[in-house]
Amino acid sequence: MSVTTGPTGQTNLNSLKIVGIALFLALCVAAAFWFSDYHLFQLTLVVVYAIAILGLSIVTGFNGQISLGHGAFYAIGAYTTAILMDRYEVPYWATLPASALVCAIFGFLIGLPALRLGGLYLALTTFALAVAVPQLLKHKLIEDYTGGVQGIVILKPDPPFGLKISPDQWIYLFTLGVACVLFLLAWNLVRGRIGRAMMAIRDQSLAAEAMGINIAMLKTRTFAVSAMYTGIAGSLGAIVVQFVAPDSFSLFVSVYFFVGLVVGGVASLPGAIFGAIFIEFVPNVADQLSKAAPGAVYGILLILMMFAAPGGVVGVIRLLWRRATGAKRAATTLTDGRVGSTPARVGAISADGDFAGATVGPKQKVAGPLH
Amino acid sequence: MGGDAETAEKPGSKREAGAMRSELDVAEIAPAIHHGNADALMSVRDVVVRFGGVLAVGGVSFDVGRRQICGLIGPNGAGKTTLFNCISGIYKYNEGDILFEGKSIHGTPRHRMAGLGIGRTFQNVALFKTLSVRDNILVGAFHLGRSGFIANALRPPSVAREGALAEGQMRDLLELMDLTAVAHLPAGGLPFGWQKRVELARALIGQPKLLLLDEPAGGLNHGEVSELEGLLRRIREHFELSILLVEHHMNLVMRVSDKVVALEFGRKIADGTPEQVRNEPEVIRAYLGDQEEDAHAA
Repeated sequence: MSVTTGPTGQTNLNSLKIVGIALFLALCVAAAFWFSDYHLFQLTLVVVYAIAILGLSIVTGFNGQISLGHGAFYAIGAYTTAILMDRYEVPYWATLPASALVCAIFGFLIGLPALRLGGLYLALTTFALAVAVPQLLKHKLIEDYTGGVQGIVILKPDPPFGLKISPDQWIYLFTLGVACVLFLLAWNLVRGRIGRAMMAIRDQSLAAEAMGINIAMLKTRTFAVSAMYTGIAGSLGAIVVQFVAPDSFSLFVSVYFFVGLVVGGVASLPGAIFGAIFIEFVPNVADQLSKAAPGAVYGILLILMMFAAPGGVVGVIRLLWRRATGAKRAATTLTDGRVGSTPARVGAISADGDFAGATVGPKQKVAGPLH
Repeated sequence: MGGDAETAEKPGSKREAGAMRSELDVAEIAPAIHHGNADALMSVRDVVVRFGGVLAVGGVSFDVGRRQICGLIGPNGAGKTTLFNCISGIYKYNEGDILFEGKSIHGTPRHRMAGLGIGRTFQNVALFKTLSVRDNILVGAFHLGRSGFIANALRPPSVAREGALAEGQMRDLLELMDLTAVAHLPAGGLPFGWQKRVELARALIGQPKLLLLDEPAGGLNHGEVSELEGLLRRIREHFELSILLVEHHMNLVMRVSDKVVALEFGRKIADGTPEQVRNEPEVIRAYLGDQEEDAHAA
């Protein structure tokens, strides 16, 4: 295994990556003591959105099921936490498993019929969900719990164990810790048997079925896991913002998650982080560029982004990485592969994944070990 | 009846097998299957398939024995692919039955076929295009695994072991199929002939008892077809499985098959050793008549 980065979003760790991730985490922790409370609040939201987009990435990126309604699960998670804290005085951290369970069940039940429709119909079904949920939250029947249009105000948690940090610092570090665990679990999931099955369904469902994958079941469970991730993000979001109200969970939440997913890079775990940075900060940038029409600026930035980086931020990083390491890998392929050619030629192949060149055509195989 | 053909085939394949074993201990890939009994692995019994009013398969019966390569031939529209799709669970047959190891496969969900021991490849190659070659092959081992979502996310040692086992088999197959050099590349970018080998490896890692090959020679050039021929013999030799081969390429079918079943207009017109089928007047008329060169060459 000389090459560790697959084009599939699956990666095996090598020492360089471990160092990179450790450095990144150290920076994230240091940020808690670097930024002002307001900027820390923004950063906390980035982490929250990263978890939400990660959830969407699992179902849309890895499993190929387009969801335009993940804002609904974000809302359900947020309300679960708010209601538990407000009415039942459950500690904030204990609401997370509850909200994970609630959202997973919702995701499973919604996924059960919706995923059988598949494709564009699933997109519409989830879209309908995103449209319906904010209004359902205002409904009179559950007003006692949800606070109706007023919403629910919740209290900012204090740092535990008498830690001498501000509540903002604590909630940032807490969110970061939860995110680390969730990213680790997601990474385990997508690189294993189940993750491969998710991607197999996305790429070629008929063949996936012939390999023994129960497509309906796997898709439904994937949707449940995805809803659970986004729901946990909703819970954290509620704790960070200290307030939930139906109007905070408009259709735009779903759309922004989707934007973040695509901008960051679908079917990529780090992509969720880049996407979260985009949806948190780019509206501010647009606002600064034009007070009159920030929406138009945002739109233009988005379009430019799609032209400059059609594979998302992660796509660009992978491309640059391959360019930087292309020569080295080409040499490895040459010596390992016995599919002889000049290094430059093989380099071109590994960069594009394209075998159009005659140099490694099937005939070359005659020299292979089987003959 | 496949017996004579099998013995006739033996010397050549044994020699190749010896050469292979020195490179790779294939016993690890597939545990030995007891094949002492003479019962057929799969029996097609009077199968009828209709699409609306059109009779696609009209009462076809034949057996595939254990460790037998059975070629299924016939002109276009003879019902080969329809029958193939019935055996792989894609179509439902209207009458008759298909028995696999003595049990009817009627109504078995498609995703259970791999678990029964029926593996397949696809006519125009159906790989997971964006996945690497190694991941494509690993998906083929899906039905052998047990770990679910929670176990995969937590990744306890048992799951890591399960993964390592599949990866070991995957690496052996990469070697056998001469794919090690391209293991990390997306399968969709490989040349067609290579993709076909990835598909074979993906089917083999699932340890099928019956391997269904839908036109494996389609789209291959002359040299690749003769490589495929050797590959099929080696596969049968090492993996102790039966192969049902739906194929247009007469030379290939006649050379590798232990028995050949010929269809025309949804009915069986011949069933026997390649020699018998080749000399069957019905077959010559229906199928080989318009391919004189092929018939002579074979």
